[in-house]
Amino acid sequence: MNTSMLFLVVAILIAIAYVVGRSRAATLRKNETPMHSLPRYYGYLTAICTALPAFAILIIWSIAEPAILKSSTISSLPSGIQSLPEGELDLVLNDIKNLATGGISQSADDSIRQAAATHYGETQGLSRLLKSIIVILAGLAGLLYGFKKIHSNTRARVGVERAIMIALIACSCIAIFTTLGIVLSVLFESLRFFNKVPFTEFAFGLHWSPQTSIRADQVGSSGSFGAVPIFAGTLLISAIAMLVAVPFGLMSAIYLAEYASSTVRAWAKPLLEILAGIPTVVYGFFAALTVAPLIRNVGESIGLDVASESALAAGLVMGIMIIPFVSSLSDDVITAVPQAMRDGSLGLGATKSETIKKVVIPAALPGIVGGILLAVSRAIGETMIVVMAAGLAANLTINPLEAVTTVTVQIVTLLTGDQAFDSPKTLAAFALGLMLFVTTLILNVIALHTVRKYREQYD
Amino acid sequence: MNNDSLESTSEAIPPETTMVSDTTEKVRKSLGRRYAREKRFKLFGVIAITASLSFLAVLIISITIRGLPAFKQTFLNLDVTLDADTLDLGENPDQDALRKANYNGAIKNSLLELFPDVKKRKEKKALYKFVSNGGQYDLQAKVMADPTLIGQTINVWLPVGDDASGYLRGHIDTSVPEKKRRFKNNQITWIEELRADNKVQTKFNRTFFSRGDSREPEMAGIKGSLFGSILTLMVTLVLSFPIAVATAIYLEEFAPKNRWTDIIEVNINNLAAVPSIVFGLLGLAIFINFFNLPRSAPIVGGLVLSLMTLPTIIISARAALKSVPPSIRDAALGLGASNLQVVFHHVLPLAMPGILTGTIIGMAQALGETAPLLMIGMVAFIVDVPNALTDPATVLPVQIFQWADLPEKGFVEKTSAAIMVLLGVLIAMNAIAVLLRRKFERKW
Amino acid sequence: MNKENTVPALDLEQDTPTEQTIEEIVASLGDTVGQTRVDNPKMSVSNVDVFYADKQAIFGVDLDIANNEVISMIGPSGCGKSTLLRCLNRMNDTIPICRVTGDITLDGEGIYSKDTDPVLLRARVGMVFQKPNPFPKSIYENVAYGPRLHGLNRNRADLDDIVVNSLRKAGIYEEVKNRLDDAGTSLSGGQQQRLCIARTIACSPEVILMDEPCSALDPIATAKIEELIDELRENYAIAIVTHSMQQAARVSQRTAYFHLGKLVEVGDTDTIFTNPRHELTENYITGRFG
Repeated sequence: MNTSMLFLVVAILIAIAYVVGRSRAATLRKNETPMHSLPRYYGYLTAICTALPAFAILIIWSIAEPAILKSSTISSLPSGIQSLPEGELDLVLNDIKNLATGGISQSADDSIRQAAATHYGETQGLSRLLKSIIVILAGLAGLLYGFKKIHSNTRARVGVERAIMIALIACSCIAIFTTLGIVLSVLFESLRFFNKVPFTEFAFGLHWSPQTSIRADQVGSSGSFGAVPIFAGTLLISAIAMLVAVPFGLMSAIYLAEYASSTVRAWAKPLLEILAGIPTVVYGFFAALTVAPLIRNVGESIGLDVASESALAAGLVMGIMIIPFVSSLSDDVITAVPQAMRDGSLGLGATKSETIKKVVIPAALPGIVGGILLAVSRAIGETMIVVMAAGLAANLTINPLEAVTTVTVQIVTLLTGDQAFDSPKTLAAFALGLMLFVTTLILNVIALHTVRKYREQYD
Repeated sequence: MNNDSLESTSEAIPPETTMVSDTTEKVRKSLGRRYAREKRFKLFGVIAITASLSFLAVLIISITIRGLPAFKQTFLNLDVTLDADTLDLGENPDQDALRKANYNGAIKNSLLELFPDVKKRKEKKALYKFVSNGGQYDLQAKVMADPTLIGQTINVWLPVGDDASGYLRGHIDTSVPEKKRRFKNNQITWIEELRADNKVQTKFNRTFFSRGDSREPEMAGIKGSLFGSILTLMVTLVLSFPIAVATAIYLEEFAPKNRWTDIIEVNINNLAAVPSIVFGLLGLAIFINFFNLPRSAPIVGGLVLSLMTLPTIIISARAALKSVPPSIRDAALGLGASNLQVVFHHVLPLAMPGILTGTIIGMAQALGETAPLLMIGMVAFIVDVPNALTDPATVLPVQIFQWADLPEKGFVEKTSAAIMVLLGVLIAMNAIAVLLRRKFERKW
Repeated sequence: MNKENTVPALDLEQDTPTEQTIEEIVASLGDTVGQTRVDNPKMSVSNVDVFYADKQAIFGVDLDIANNEVISMIGPSGCGKSTLLRCLNRMNDTIPICRVTGDITLDGEGIYSKDTDPVLLRARVGMVFQKPNPFPKSIYENVAYGPRLHGLNRNRADLDDIVVNSLRKAGIYEEVKNRLDDAGTSLSGGQQQRLCIARTIACSPEVILMDEPCSALDPIATAKIEELIDELRENYAIAIVTHSMQQAARVSQRTAYFHLGKLVEVGDTDTIFTNPRHELTENYITGRFG
C-alpha cells in the first residue's frame, strides 16, 4: 500500500469515526441520558481520537524509515564497501536505490549491488506493509477509545475545543519554525563553507571566481571566494534602483495623497498596484530585451562604451519595479499625518507645497524612512531582474555602465548547475544566502520597528 | 492664480481705500515666487505619477507587440502519401510500431513532389526546413488514431518551420545579403510559389496551449508549465490557507499579549519581507536535502511557496478579523456561545471576504514567483505535462525565464506570449480580489 | 486625511421628526433678530450660503466682525458656526465638496473674489483650531514658521524678535524661554494652544479666528486662554466659536446664536444673555436644549 492509498484509508476511518460517534451520542440522547454536548461534538471527538495516533505513527515512521533502510542496507554490504568514506558510500547507496526501482547500475561489481538492491527492495516492502498495518491498527484503537468515551460524563465540546486551540497555536508557531528553518539551513551550510574557505577571505577578498580552479595547490577547494566585488555590485545596482524608486515613488505618493482628485486616485492607485503585481521575471525579460539594448545604443550614439549587461539597465528596471512599493508605503504614512497639522499650516497662510514640504513630510519622515529601508531590503534581495539583466562577472567597479554581479545572481548560478552538494561552490551559495538573510533581516527589523513606532504616535 | 494678475491687482488698489499693513505688503511681494514653487512642486508630482504609469504602458505595449504573433501559427498544406514502405511499417503494425514510424520521410516526399526540380542535396535540405520538426507528431497522432489511413494520401495542414514562418511574417530582412541571411533566395522563391497557390495559411496557434516545452520554437507550448503552475498553486493553497487562517485567528482572537506572541508577530512581519530566494535555499536544504523529497516536483514548489505566502495571508486575515466589530462578539457571548463558537460561527464568516481577498493576492504573488523555484530544480527542460505532485514539472514564470534565455527569434515571441498569458491570469485574479472587496465591503 | 470628519454631521432625519425638510424649518425661523451690521466693520458677511455637496449647511447669513472686539458664535452642535468661521479665511477650500455663495469681505474686498489670494488672506486672517496642533518641530520653529514662509523678517535677529514678541503676547514666553529648542509637542495642552496662538500672532494678522480653542483644555488652562483673548482684543478683530455659553459671556462683546445653519439672533453679549428676544435663543441660553 503506498502512502496516498494509506492516507485515503485513514481518511475513511476518520469519517467513519465521526459518523459512529455522532450517532452513538444521538442514540444516548434519545434514551434520555443527559449529555454534556451536542452529538456532533462527540463525533468530532471520536474522529480526533482516531486521527491523532494514526497520523502520529505515519509521520514518525516516514521520517525514520530512510535512516533505518540505510543502516540495514549498509550492514548487508560486504565490509570492504562498508568502510568506504561517506561520500562514496552515498554514491553506492544511490546506485542500489536506483537498481531497486528498476534502474541501471553505473558500476562494475554488479552482483554485490544487485544483492543489496534486492535486500533493499525487500526491506522497503516489509517496512511499507508494517507501516500500513500499524497505522490502521492505531486508528482503529483510537476509534475504539473514542467510542468508549461517549457517555454523559465526557465534556466533548470542551475536549474538541481544546484540540482546536492546540491546532491553532501549532499553526501560529509555523512562522517561527520557518525562520528557524531558514537560519539553520543557511547557517549549517555556511559553517561548512567557512571550514573550507576562511571567513576573512570571503569577507575581505577582492577576487571572486568560483568556477575556475586557479589555486590548484589548495586541496578540496577550487576557485577563489572573495565576496567584496559581489557585495559592491549588489550595492551599486540597489543604489541605482533607489535613485529611481525613491523620487518617483515618493512624489507619486505625495501627488496622490495631497493633490489628486478622488477620480485620479481611484484610477492611478489600482494601476500602480498592477505595476507592483507584475512578476519580477517579466521585469527581467523587459530589462534584458528592451532596456539594456536601448541603453547600449544610446550610450554608443554619444560615444560611451556600455556593457550589454550594464548595472544601469538592471538598476533602472529594478527601480521601476520598486516605485509602487515606495509609493504605497509612503502614501500610507502621509495620509496618517493628522489633518490638523495641515490645517495649522494652511491657516497660517502656507501654500500647499509649503505645507507638504515643511510640515507633512517632516512629520511623516520616520515612516517614510522605514518604507525606504524596506524597499532597500527588497532591492538587495531581488533576484530575477538581475539574473536576467545583470552579468555574471564579478567586477569591482562603481561605473554603472559596466557589468557587475550580485549576491542573488551568484546564488542562482552556483546552485542551478549540476554540482555535488557539498562542493565549496554550492556551499558558497549558502554563505551568500546567509549574508543576504542577515542583511535584509537587520533592515527589515529596523524598518518595521520605525514604522510601528510612527503609527503608534498618531493612533 | 498667477503672478501677473496678483501684481496688477496690487497696483490697482488705490492707497486710500485699504489700510495696507506691513504684513500684506511683504506677503504680496513673496507670493509670485511662492506660487512658482507651488506649481513646480505639483508638476513634479504629475511627472512622477505619469512616468510611473507610462513605464507600465511601455512594458505592457512592448510585450504585447512582441507576443501577439505567437498566438498565430503558419501552416502549410500538403498531400502526404502514407504508404507503408516510406513509413517503415510492416504488416499489421502495432501501436508501438506506429509510434516509431518514419513520418518525416513521408513529409519530405510530399515536399519534393511539390517541387520536382529540386534535386541537389543542399537544396533538398533547405526545402525540408519548410515543415516544422513537429509536423511528424501531428501526422503520428492522426495515424495512431486511425491506422486505416496507411496507404492513403491525405491532405493535411502542417506547421511551418521557424525560418520560413519568420519570413512569412516579415521578420526576415530580404535586403540583407543572402550569405548573412538564414533564409536563402531559393527558399524565398519556393515559399512565394506556395503562397501564390494558397497553400500557406495562418491560423490560431493551438499548439501553444496544447503542448509542453520543446527545443523548436514553433512546437513549444505552455501546457506543461501551466499544469505545473496549477499543481504547485493547489499545494500552496491547500497548505497556506488553513494554516494562515488558524494563525490569524489565534493571534487576533486568543493570543495573550506577551513576549511570545510578540516574537511571533515580529517574525511574521519579517518573513513577509525576506527575499524570496532565501525561501528557495530553505527548500533546497530542508525539503530536498534533509527530507529527501524529489527535486523539480510541484509538491516541493508548493511547500516553499506556501511558506512564502503565509505571512501575506496572515497579515490580511488579521486585518479582516480586526475589522469585525466587538459588538458582534459580545452579542454571541451574551447568548452563551463559547469563545471558539463565537469565532467560528460569527467572526470568521464575517471576515471571510477580506481573508479571501488576501488569499487571492497571496496566490497571485505565488503564481508569479520564480526565484525560489529555481533553487529547488524546477528549471529543468521538461517536455511532458505533469500529472502528479511528484512528477518533475516547471511553472509558467520559470518557463518564461528559460525561453527568455534562448536565442531563436521564435522564442522571443513565445516568451512574450507566455508573459501575456501570465499577466492575464494575474490581472484577472487581482480584479476578482478587488471586486470581492468592493462587493462585501461593509461599513460597521 | 480625515476630511470627512471636519464636515459637521447634519443628521436630517434625527432633527426633523415631523418630516419637515430642513429648508422648511429654516424658513420658519424667520429673519435674524438684532443688529447684524456695525460701523466700520473689519469683515463683513452678506447673504452667505454654504453647501457640502447637496446638503446646505449655512442659510443666508449676514454678520459683521468689528475691530478691537470679540464676537462669539454659539449654538447647538451642527448649527454651522464652525463652518462659517472656516469660510472667513477660506479654510473650507481644503474640502473639495464645499461650496460657498454670497459675499464675505475683508476691509471691503471680497475674499472669494478672483483677485484675492487665499495664502495672503490666511496670513491676514489667522486661525486657532479646536485641538492644539503644534507642528512636530521645536517651539522656536513653530513660531518662526509663518514669518519665514511669508518673508516677514530681514535677518535672524529680526526673526528672534518676532518669535519672542509673539510668545510674549501669547503669554507663554516666561514658561518656555529656557527651552525654545524643545519639541512643541512636549508642552502641556494649554501651553500648546497658547503656542498655536503665538504662532498665529507671529504672522501679524488683522483678524484671529478661534474654533473652540478651549474645548480640549482643563479649566485652569482655559482661564489663561480667555485672559489672553481679552488682551488680544486691543490689537485684533477676533471671532470665537464656542460650546460654552459661560465662555461666550466672559470673553465676548457681541454674541451670535446659530441654529441649523441659520443666524437666529445677534447682539451685545449682555443683551443676549440677559434678555434674548428669539424663543430659540432663550431656550438655548436657559439650557432647555443644546
